[in-house]
Amino acid sequence: MEYIDAIRLAMKEEMERDPDVFVLGEDVGLKGGVFTTTKGLQPLFGELRVLDTPLSESAIAGVAIGAAMAGLKPIAEMQYSDFMFPAANQIISEAAKIRYRSNNDWNCPLVIRAPIGGGIFGGLYHSQCPESVFFGTPGLKIVAPSTARDAKGLLTAAIRDPDPVLFFEHKKAYRLIRDEVPEGDYIVPIGRSAVRREGTDLTVIGYSLPLHFALQAAEELAREEGVEAHVVDLRTLQPLDREGVLEAAARTGKVLILHEDNKTGGVGAEVAALIAEELLYDLDAPIRRLCGPDVPAMAINPPAEKRFLLNKDKVKAAMLELARY
Amino acid sequence: MAKRIAEIVMPQLAESLVSATIDRWLKEPGETVDLYEPICEVITDKVNAELPSTVHGVLVKILAGPGETVDVGAPICLVETEASAGAEPAAGPAGGEEAVSVPAPAPQPPERAAAATDAPDPAAPMRGRYSPAVQRLAAEHRVDLRGVAGTGWGGRITRQDVLAHIAAGAAASASASPAPSGGASGAAVPAAQAQPPAPERPPAPTPQPAPVRPAEPAHLPAVEVEGQVAPGREYFIDVTPIRKTIASRMRQSVNEIPHAWTVIEVDLTNLTQLRNKWKEEFRKQEGINLTYMPFVLKAVVSAIKDYPIMNSVWAGDRIIVKRDINLSLAVGTDHSVLTPVIRNADQKNIAGLAREIHELARKTREGKLKLSDMQDGTFTVNNTGTFGSIMSYPIINYPQAAIMTFEAVVRRPVVIGDMIGIRSMVNLCLSFDHRILDGVICGQFHQRVKECLESYTLDTSLY
Repeated sequence: MEYIDAIRLAMKEEMERDPDVFVLGEDVGLKGGVFTTTKGLQPLFGELRVLDTPLSESAIAGVAIGAAMAGLKPIAEMQYSDFMFPAANQIISEAAKIRYRSNNDWNCPLVIRAPIGGGIFGGLYHSQCPESVFFGTPGLKIVAPSTARDAKGLLTAAIRDPDPVLFFEHKKAYRLIRDEVPEGDYIVPIGRSAVRREGTDLTVIGYSLPLHFALQAAEELAREEGVEAHVVDLRTLQPLDREGVLEAAARTGKVLILHEDNKTGGVGAEVAALIAEELLYDLDAPIRRLCGPDVPAMAINPPAEKRFLLNKDKVKAAMLELARY
Repeated sequence: MAKRIAEIVMPQLAESLVSATIDRWLKEPGETVDLYEPICEVITDKVNAELPSTVHGVLVKILAGPGETVDVGAPICLVETEASAGAEPAAGPAGGEEAVSVPAPAPQPPERAAAATDAPDPAAPMRGRYSPAVQRLAAEHRVDLRGVAGTGWGGRITRQDVLAHIAAGAAASASASPAPSGGASGAAVPAAQAQPPAPERPPAPTPQPAPVRPAEPAHLPAVEVEGQVAPGREYFIDVTPIRKTIASRMRQSVNEIPHAWTVIEVDLTNLTQLRNKWKEEFRKQEGINLTYMPFVLKAVVSAIKDYPIMNSVWAGDRIIVKRDINLSLAVGTDHSVLTPVIRNADQKNIAGLAREIHELARKTREGKLKLSDMQDGTFTVNNTGTFGSIMSYPIINYPQAAIMTFEAVVRRPVVIGDMIGIRSMVNLCLSFDHRILDGVICGQFHQRVKECLESYTLDTSLY
């Protein structure tokens, strides 16, 4: 099943299961979403549960927060994660803090879905990775699946979660990634990483689309160089799976962290700091990060976009270098 | 990936050079150098030049330290490059487990170890760098790391190397420390170990340059400390290569050239007015200050035109008169004095000279002078007035024939006819090679410079 279909299926099944679940966002209803993620939902569940909203992300988030506090289970779609920033105040200052500031009297079972990442010639307003903006906000959960199976399981878990969850889906992965999705009801627990590949020579930690580059590179390295990489998919960025990260890092003592979001202040920085704090005596090499460059935005021209983005070869080179270290 | 050790040799920086002195290294062993990336600074003939790398790779060993003079063509460092072609020991990093069964890598440790402890192995600059994981494992299992083979980058001992070593049971027989690994030692070792550098010349080239010129090592700038003389009452300054060059050039000039000296005073009142008239506009137009120097150089150039013998060199059995007038300009920095050259100064107008002076002074201050900026000077002018001197005795810039200073401009009463006026006066001092030049010709030259400087008027054009 394709990644995008898994996301749609999760929403459909949850809406069937729980009448409180509803979808809102720009063009999610009649059009079925610009990426067709919500296609076919409005005919099934009607205009009131698949709600076309005005072009105002702040309103989408604010309405969703209010509805969630009143007991509904909204899934708010941001058309592109780039457009989330007008809603950042609602998300960071309201959604994330409601439980805390009401001393547990209120909660906010909200999901905000937003497509992240580049590789579709989207340029600076359609390619951003905003994880780091929300990453340091306690009270938010952030998930970023890399497979169709995880996309469905994590979205289901997010919808059922009693607190706000940001669901970052990689737009390039929508139709690029396809894998087995189990029949029936299941969830992928939030806060749990997954070992994608066992290895002894170095540990690669990543999430979302770049993780696939690591897996492809790992296969090639095993074949060509005899290097066996241990590859871990974070899946949840907030809260980080500390045990999973530490166990994977300790296994080889050589850690490479990957993400498309730019390097400075990214999720990788936190993962690296966690390892450095806890595992000094297991480290056999400097912790390395391979991330997007610290430039303001991804360019729209293909060569510059290619240069900005990670790919299998870049990841492979970094992996080999670390393995050789 | 097959590694090769490549030599970087001292290039021929200029046609006449036979050697150059390393000033300082910009790269240290273990650092990666890109093709054409500067690796060190060298000094030749009073000039600093950055030496670009001729290969891409990892600097493994420096063969000539700061202060050492190296013949052109002699190696100065070794760089480990990656030859993309390759019978590669790819199994290396992953082969940790194999080490148990395969005899070849296992016996390697003791040999490697012996080499590594005695002297840093150029092929394994990372050998002595232990990661926290390696140190912890070594401590926990009482492993002597000197006996562990390093398969990592630059010969580094990886965590897997230690684990393999422990698994091989080496730790158990640690008591027999010199040769811990049992089994088939010896025979395979030399071949295996010599592998990477062997196709080149192994460590052999390293010591070679030294014996070639045994007299040279005395050039080291380090000052020898002789012990107990008045402890604390004196201290030592290492002589830098540039200071050493200045010293030897000055010595040579004073030793070889019989210096004679003369001074003349010049009335710069008109020039001062001319300069004041143009100062602001020149600054706006050209972006640089209009100093006295271009006017002085212009005057010197026209005087040399009249007395070309000033522009000559003593050659023992003859005097070589240079047709090109290339003025050396003494430019002082905090620690040295350099003499960059304005080429064909006779072909430049005041503005052109001003710009060139500005550029050379800037390059000197920033240490950006190139060898070509320093060569072929035929006559030197030194602006000693900038530090307030009113009279100085310059040493000739060897092998030129003369050097002239431009002292501080001072306003003082001067007798003109039967009157006394306040005029802007300056002294021009001239040291000259008395083998070539005599008082008469120098007096005439000096007078010519004076006339030129005094003939500037408010109408003189700068362009």
